[in-house]
Amino acid sequence: MKYLYYPGCSLKGTGKAYDESMVAVFQKLGMDVEELQGWNCCGATSYMSIDETKAFALIARNLALAEQQNGGEPVHLISPCAACYLGLCKAQKYIAESEELKTIIVDSLGSVGLKYTGNVKVRHPLDIFVNDLGLDKIAKCVSHPLKGLKVASYYGCLIVRPYATFDDQYNPMTMDKLMVALGAEAVDWPLKTRCCGGTLTGTVEEAGLRLSYMLLKEAAKRGANLVATACPLCQFNLECYQSKMNHDYGDHVHLPVAFFSQVMGKAFGLDRRQIGLQRLMVPVETSPAMA
Amino acid sequence: MIMSNTAAGDQPRIGVFVCYCGRNIASKVDVEKVRQFAEKLPNVVVSRTYKFMCSDPGQEMIQQDIKELKLNRIVVASCSPLLHEPTFRRTCAAAGLNPFYFQMANIREQVSWVTADTVAATRKASALVAAAVSRVACHTSLEKKRVPVHADVMVVGAGISGIHAALLLANAGKKVYLVEREPSIGGHMAQLDKTFPTLDCSACILTPKMSEVKNHPNITCWTLSEVEEVSGFAGNFKIKVRRNPRYIKQELCVACGQCVDVCVFKEGKVLDDFNVGLSKHKPIYMPFPQATPACVLIDPTACLKLSRGKCAQRCVEACDRKAIDFEQQVIHEEVEVGAVIIATGYQMFDARKTPEYGYGKYLNVYTMMEVERLVNAAGPTQGEVIMRDGKTPKTVGIIHCVGSRDKRHHPYCSSVCCMAALKTAHLVREHTGALVFNFYIDMRTPLKGYEEFYDRVLQEGVQFVRGRVAEVTDWAVTPAEDGKLVIRVEDTLIGVARRIPVDMVILATAMEAHHDAAELQRRFNISCSKEGWFLERHPKLAPVSTFSDGIFLAGVCQGPKDIPGSVAQAGAAAAEALMLVDKGFVEIEPNSAWIDDEVCSGCKTCVPLCPFHAITYNAQDHVSVINEALCKGCGTCVASCPSGAAQQKLFTDEQIHQEIKGVLNYV
Repeated sequence: MKYLYYPGCSLKGTGKAYDESMVAVFQKLGMDVEELQGWNCCGATSYMSIDETKAFALIARNLALAEQQNGGEPVHLISPCAACYLGLCKAQKYIAESEELKTIIVDSLGSVGLKYTGNVKVRHPLDIFVNDLGLDKIAKCVSHPLKGLKVASYYGCLIVRPYATFDDQYNPMTMDKLMVALGAEAVDWPLKTRCCGGTLTGTVEEAGLRLSYMLLKEAAKRGANLVATACPLCQFNLECYQSKMNHDYGDHVHLPVAFFSQVMGKAFGLDRRQIGLQRLMVPVETSPAMA
Repeated sequence: MIMSNTAAGDQPRIGVFVCYCGRNIASKVDVEKVRQFAEKLPNVVVSRTYKFMCSDPGQEMIQQDIKELKLNRIVVASCSPLLHEPTFRRTCAAAGLNPFYFQMANIREQVSWVTADTVAATRKASALVAAAVSRVACHTSLEKKRVPVHADVMVVGAGISGIHAALLLANAGKKVYLVEREPSIGGHMAQLDKTFPTLDCSACILTPKMSEVKNHPNITCWTLSEVEEVSGFAGNFKIKVRRNPRYIKQELCVACGQCVDVCVFKEGKVLDDFNVGLSKHKPIYMPFPQATPACVLIDPTACLKLSRGKCAQRCVEACDRKAIDFEQQVIHEEVEVGAVIIATGYQMFDARKTPEYGYGKYLNVYTMMEVERLVNAAGPTQGEVIMRDGKTPKTVGIIHCVGSRDKRHHPYCSSVCCMAALKTAHLVREHTGALVFNFYIDMRTPLKGYEEFYDRVLQEGVQFVRGRVAEVTDWAVTPAEDGKLVIRVEDTLIGVARRIPVDMVILATAMEAHHDAAELQRRFNISCSKEGWFLERHPKLAPVSTFSDGIFLAGVCQGPKDIPGSVAQAGAAAAEALMLVDKGFVEIEPNSAWIDDEVCSGCKTCVPLCPFHAITYNAQDHVSVINEALCKGCGTCVASCPSGAAQQKLFTDEQIHQEIKGVLNYV
């Protein structure tokens, strides 16, 4: 089965380190992955709340492009960004379940010469690493075991909810197992699927900030020295507001927040610039095995 | 064999009676139109409608027409034959007409209740009436067979329901086989400490009945046993029972326990089912102090002698009655009974399926059944509420509806948990003085003395929070929450999301059908609801009967209920079984098959297909022969016969063809 890669806009902007490290890790693991040609924004959560049908069409264009790029053959589309992943899964489900919606989508795609037959399987990279490649293969690529690194794996609220496509909805473990395979220790942390505040940090800052702060505080309390994320917005919220949190809540939180793919890259011995470690605001080098 | 039309006069004179069934039929079917249509059908002498055909005036109308208009065939278009065929057959018989000159058209369940459009419904009803008229014309006079019944009864499952039913039957003088798969009778009730709402000690009211079972001359009680195979029919069941070895000679053992004391294992090795896994027992053990039969048993998977063949066998030495027998084998019993009562109960929902409540993750999250054992004097902590971390709780949260009223698991209400949670709250408070919270969706306390008990527990100071709990977490956000289990819940009475820190969480898990209930269901050929509970014949009017005659239901295997409900149902099931076996005979529908010797080619196709072994081959005449007493009228031989020699009464080819023609002619 062929893998196509859909980075999405965030991974070309604020989450660039996620994109860089993901591609580097694909290479290191010897995976044959092509970027989806001509992809567009998934519309994120914003478009969906304004006009659902148009948002579905926007997302479906990417699915149709994937079919086209693979000549209509079944294909796996890798989507690392949590919002893109959810949007793609949701669009597929809604289109499959409603003939009415399907007609609209197929017609609108047809008007630009695209076809959508549902031949695309949307996959999260965590799912692919753990279930397609397997933890044994991952462990074999580890040249720098992450000894002493205590990771709080943070899945965020989108990748297993509402669609638990590859992991448990209440207590996902894929990322935890991955971290253990890299030589790190997985911290038992009950907040792994709790919301980081999402876009609230930009709209109702106090509400959003509080949610992010609670996550970091509990991770630190449980002995984590790094939070691994699978979402560009989660990573941004948790990392970039730490000084403001400390100011507002009178605390001293200082916890590196990296993409799980960056942590993989580090264990694989990849160059720090290749996996975008220099882009992190809270230096990751202070954490064990990450220097 | 009577196969000719010998009713009053050979020419069929058919009366058609179309029922309104109040608005049940009339709201969708134009009943008058159907009547007018039926009037013009061949051989129809009269066609009438009535509001309730099953009522006395309705039946009298039919009888009067039979007499005055010399009707010799009757068609009633109304509800399902399951409901009223017997009624109208009796009506015919009372007017002197053989009851098998009757045919029913189901225009309610099969038409009005399932057809939205009135025009289509009327058309379909007319077509079904045409079919019945066409068919009934070639009906013949038949007689019901009477078959003697076996007077013994089998009760499957020896919880409180099975025990109660078995005792009633045994006291009525019937011989009862009581089959239980666990090592002791008693069921879940034996595990309970107290029973609501009276708080009487569960063991104190159950054990006298267990002991009565043991000593009753009319009861044969087989523990460690399961039903393997069922054949026959109401009045004459043949049942094979597999009796697993206990490895103890039951008649010799006096449960002195010396064998257990000297076992080479100093500590328990196997999780104890009776204590819901809160303790371990040795490979040789007594299930619980009042176990009946009062006899130890050996777990063959854990016993060194039985699993590996090597052991010092100190138990054998210690037993001066020589009761230990490692050579015991499975025994296959075969018994004949007239009726069966199924009382196999339930299992508890696995709390791990609701990971948000942390069972199996956090030490101090318990199920309510576990707490039942904790508060019991014979339980693993001798009645002290000591948690897995060795502490006694000061605050306790009881979460209702775990697995019940939840679309992800069981949509139904388990019906007993609200009361059981109230009782648990009371007991935990009594044992520990803890502050107890109940988290409920709705409090359901509808039966006698239940609301009063709720009130009593409220007065005792137990706290009630209305809202389905979101999660149980060890995530502490305030110093007061440190080291506690935090219950996160929306209190829907005050409209506030709350975090309530507690030491102990108790989950009121759902009752659910046994994981292997479907196997038993197949074995007894009974039906199941979609939740897995065995299905009663009618939810209101035949609550303990099944769709298989002679098989009755008692207790929770039919649906969640408490002890009073189970006992009442067991009594009803016993009465029904008694009625069947005491009558001495069963009447069997005269729908048996026969073979036309002239046509039979002796191919023997039908012989092995007969599920009731009713067909034999007569080598002398080269024909198959059906034993009418054994034939159940399933029609398998009729369908398989390549030459059309096998025929079935009430379902002759002609009758079926005429029925089809009736529909097709209409269309």
